[in-house]
Amino acid sequence: MRGKRMDRRTFLKVAGACVLGLGVMPVTDVFGGNDLPKILRNPNALVGKKWAMVVDMKKCWDNGEEGCVDCIRACHRTHNVPNIGNAKEEIKWIWTASYENAFPDQKNEYMEESLKGKPFIVLCNHCANPPCVRVCPTKATFKREDGIVIMDYHRCIGCRYCMAACPYGARSFNFKDPRPFIAEVNPKFPTREKGVVEKCNFCAERLAEGLLPACVEACKHGALVFGDLEDPESNVRKILRSNYIIQRKPQLGTKPNIYYIV
Amino acid sequence: MLEMALKGSKRYWGWIISLLAVMGVGFSCYLLQLNKGLTITGLSRDVSWGLYIGQFTFLVGVAASAVTVVLPYYLHNVKTFGRITIFGEFLAVASVIMCLLFIFVDLGKPMRIFNILLYPTPNSIMFWDMIVLNGYLLLNMVIGWNVLEAERNSVPPPRWVRKLIYVSIPWAISIHTVTAFLYAGLPGRHYWLSAIMAARFLASAFASGPALLIILCFIMKRFTKFDAGREAIQKLAVIVTYATVISVFFVGLEFFTAFYSQVPAHGMHSLEYLFFGLDGHGRLVPLMWMFVILAAVALVLLINSKTREKESTLIVACVAVFVSMLIEKGLGLVVGGFVPNPFEIVTEYSPTLPEILITLGIWATGFLVLTIFYKIAVSVKEETG
Repeated sequence: MRGKRMDRRTFLKVAGACVLGLGVMPVTDVFGGNDLPKILRNPNALVGKKWAMVVDMKKCWDNGEEGCVDCIRACHRTHNVPNIGNAKEEIKWIWTASYENAFPDQKNEYMEESLKGKPFIVLCNHCANPPCVRVCPTKATFKREDGIVIMDYHRCIGCRYCMAACPYGARSFNFKDPRPFIAEVNPKFPTREKGVVEKCNFCAERLAEGLLPACVEACKHGALVFGDLEDPESNVRKILRSNYIIQRKPQLGTKPNIYYIV
Repeated sequence: MLEMALKGSKRYWGWIISLLAVMGVGFSCYLLQLNKGLTITGLSRDVSWGLYIGQFTFLVGVAASAVTVVLPYYLHNVKTFGRITIFGEFLAVASVIMCLLFIFVDLGKPMRIFNILLYPTPNSIMFWDMIVLNGYLLLNMVIGWNVLEAERNSVPPPRWVRKLIYVSIPWAISIHTVTAFLYAGLPGRHYWLSAIMAARFLASAFASGPALLIILCFIMKRFTKFDAGREAIQKLAVIVTYATVISVFFVGLEFFTAFYSQVPAHGMHSLEYLFFGLDGHGRLVPLMWMFVILAAVALVLLINSKTREKESTLIVACVAVFVSMLIEKGLGLVVGGFVPNPFEIVTEYSPTLPEILITLGIWATGFLVLTIFYKIAVSVKEETG
């Protein structure tokens, strides 16, 4: 009997404390809590809801000198992309492919002469419905809230399922240690090691500092335009409204976010 | 019971030692791969999976085929299979172990393999493949071991084992279905983007697995006192016959869809590359025609009851089935998915010597596991008569 009474007493004490606690909770929310994120964002950071890029091939061909690769060079230098010198193990984030190869479903025998064999700037499409994210078994590839499809190189197990899944050949694998093949290391961006996949990250690290992607910045002729698709007044939306644009393999349902003006 | 694997003839130990030697060579090549990276393989940016993943895919089928003896025995009471179900189950164990090893050696960062468990990702088919493969391995080890132990003690196996056996039947189907789904759901890989992929996988599995089991039964008959019995082998031969017919029929279906529709995107280019060569590249053409010829030889020998019932021709047919499916699943299917690449450019693939030696090392590991388990099972059967 005695033990039981003690139990009840203990119960009441605990119950009382709990009720009191519940009453206090909203107060601690007011004084103790805040909405600030744990890591402060750079106030200059570029923020968007759905980043996209328009590649104006007309500007690229008409204004650029033959064989201009400023964008490619800038990207690869910024991100410590090695120059392996071997097509089979090549690492590339942004490169050129002929119209027929980049748009294999949109070619024909009597195609416009101006397009035949013309080099197109190709890169990861940062798909709205990315197959690479769907297949990754460790979430090493994921899609950010702003639409950037990005990789955590430290989580990648090198299974290369994402390479099988990507219909745009946008992913490269470090078959060997890439470090000896980087001419000049940019200390502001990590290098990779052998055994992981890598790809274009839409310069997420530069956006966080308020800078445009390196390729966009490097193009002297404004052929690459970067902006937020969700903002109707953004530069990309303005261009898309008034131009005929094409995308790579739209029939696959991946909803690529790189748009081409030809 | 394990001690039974430690007693054996000179020939037995000679076989074990030669397997260990091949494993040693494979392992040293793997150390080289760990050091240099996958650059030592013939893989490339365009053909990013090759021999390793092909062998894994093929062996999942061999593993799944245990169901062809387990299902008739436990669900339809086909008593003749009673003596060999255990061998089917142990064959499954050895094959799944090889599958897991092939996945492991294919990883660029094997030390991070536990990331699959640390960050479980249900939207990735690979996550489900890990679940079904490991589950199947566990099921067959527990079932095989308990059934054998019960047989040794001349008692019926415990009831819960029977329940596990019922679970293992749909589970066997699941391992090959999920493995087919690894391929079948990818946009842009037209050769794989086919709804009959899982069906094709199961058909070829039920051809190659029992074919291997028949060969193993003949080997056991030759070298041990164990005889599976003519009736069991003939029943298995019928299963191999039907499965081979269906398997070849399914490959024909893929050809029809691709070539009658004339839609290049529906796998036409890949089939052209594999069987006829594309843009002047045709490294796999001789192999794929070997698949065709072997499959044809197997069909003739199997469908004709005279040659199916004759031991020597049945062995030839089973070897033909096994090798043809090994070519088709173990290399052609995987490479065909990657060629031509998303830019419609042909990059060819052929495995390098270290890659082949690592592959042989894993096969040797599988045979070692198989030998040990079969040795124990045969010893038990010899003991109990």
